[in-house]
Amino acid sequence: MILYFLRRLTALLLTMFAASIVVFLVTEIIPGDPASFMMGINADPQAVAALRTELGLDQPVATRYLAWLLGMLQGDFGQSYTYKVPVSELVGDRIMVSLPLTLYALALSTLIAFPAGVISAARRNTTADFAVIGATQLGVAIPNFWFAMLLVLAFAVNLHWFSAGGFPGWDAGFLEGMKALTLPAVALALPQASILARVMRSSLLDTLDEDFVRTARAKGLTRSQTLWRHALRNALIPVLTIVGLQFSFLLAGGIIIENVFYLPGLGRLVFQAITQRDLIVVRSVIILLVFAVVAVTFLVDMAYAAADPRLRRRPR
Amino acid sequence: MSVASRQDTGFVRAALGHPAFLAGLALTALFVLAALISFLWTPFDPEKMQIAAKLQSPSAEHWFGTDHFGRDVFSMLMVGARVSIAVAFVAVGIGIGFGVPLGLYAAANRHGLIDEIVMRGNDLIFAFPSLLLAILITAVFGPGAVNAIIAIGIFNIPVFARLSRGAALSLWTREFILAARVAGKGSTRISVEHILPNLMNLLIVQGTIQFSLAVLAEAGLAYVGLGAQPPTPSWGRMLAEAQTFISLAPHMALFPGLAIVLTVLGLNLLGDGLRDLHDPRLRRSRA
Repeated sequence: MILYFLRRLTALLLTMFAASIVVFLVTEIIPGDPASFMMGINADPQAVAALRTELGLDQPVATRYLAWLLGMLQGDFGQSYTYKVPVSELVGDRIMVSLPLTLYALALSTLIAFPAGVISAARRNTTADFAVIGATQLGVAIPNFWFAMLLVLAFAVNLHWFSAGGFPGWDAGFLEGMKALTLPAVALALPQASILARVMRSSLLDTLDEDFVRTARAKGLTRSQTLWRHALRNALIPVLTIVGLQFSFLLAGGIIIENVFYLPGLGRLVFQAITQRDLIVVRSVIILLVFAVVAVTFLVDMAYAAADPRLRRRPR
Repeated sequence: MSVASRQDTGFVRAALGHPAFLAGLALTALFVLAALISFLWTPFDPEKMQIAAKLQSPSAEHWFGTDHFGRDVFSMLMVGARVSIAVAFVAVGIGIGFGVPLGLYAAANRHGLIDEIVMRGNDLIFAFPSLLLAILITAVFGPGAVNAIIAIGIFNIPVFARLSRGAALSLWTREFILAARVAGKGSTRISVEHILPNLMNLLIVQGTIQFSLAVLAEAGLAYVGLGAQPPTPSWGRMLAEAQTFISLAPHMALFPGLAIVLTVLGLNLLGDGLRDLHDPRLRRSRA
């Protein structure tokens, strides 16, 4: 187990290292010089040059990459060119919107998908099953930003239950904050719930075909007893993987929904930073999101290996 | 009757008895047809502005109404289908064109350095939040349909590389491959002549699914302004423009959204149907 852990950890570190190089190089070739962008078109060339020196932009690429990498390892992500505050502070503020939104959407998605998937599998080939299959087909086909617009039309414009966008901040109270995140969370949760319900259904159907389920039935347990006591627990493993993946997907994937609802989250921060050529912010946020994805995958792998020793062997 | 044509009639008969597949085929055909017809004819010029006729509700003249510039929504949707389909088609083509050779090569030389590099490269691309990187790529190279294609295409490469490597690995252990090796064929020839034909079904099914994902991704990029640029109509941008007028003219948001949903639904049903039809076990159980 320790060997497996070390091997996976090395892979994680190598992926992070490679990702940092890719992110750095890609942001390096974004056209437009941040210094001239900050000073405006009519800026004095000398002032621009001075600013370039101040920002460290006149250093060689390798030096800047190393400075960025070493800074990050010490928790220093640098200073935003446009906001003039430490990037870590900016990210800290924005994550207070993105993280709750992600968790809210994930909770909704799980709450919808679990019962739907279980009912669908337990009542295979009935009307309920077909209804779930149909709904999930539709759910994965709907673009979440369009669904978001329909939600705004119904619940903000017509019914006035929610506001059409914006975020009052957590200072306005927990309930107010959650209320502002409700429509975005529903819009994000719908496609995820559809995917999750399908995985839940097929995983449970596979498990219900297993010998131990037949044995449980043979020793006299009812169908629902077998389902709840034996099958469900075993069927949950692939489902939890998908939940793990969805967490990182939602954290990064909220960018369009954050734009629809004008939410000051991480996605919107990156989007604005790209247009403002605030490279240091773009880099740091993307690398943090990549880290979140890799770390979640790592944790899921570890949880698997702890549960199932066969997985610790070298794959293939 | 030859074996091949007997298999073909069997497939057609099975396909005709698969309602979901037929529905998917019909929906997909509808949008491909709309895109093709748009080259020859649209009810109105999709780029022509008629401010006097702006924000009209659907009517006998303008079937799906008009937008804030008085452009005909139906005509814009027809031309938008062209953009959606073209972007998705080329993006999936990039994925197959690069991914499949990489996967086949990695499988033929497994445990080799190249195999390791290909697989780790795949892991790296998978680790990136795809939408975010697509936005970054379009920001680097400028917004537009071509850059949207590249951004979406890059994420299709590891999908096909992984799929074809996995499937090819299991084929390499089969006896007919051993026979080909005994006959003196090299690994490249075996990959092309024996492995690739056996992967076709798998690639078609996955290709259909990736196509639908690419349509969604294109719509998303266009929605944030990074897809095809005005005046070329695109479904995603039509939705972005509709957002401002959502209470005044909800039809502007309704029809482009429905077009995306129906296209994606059609492609998904088609992909699922093809998978069922190519799976002999499922086919027998249907017959």
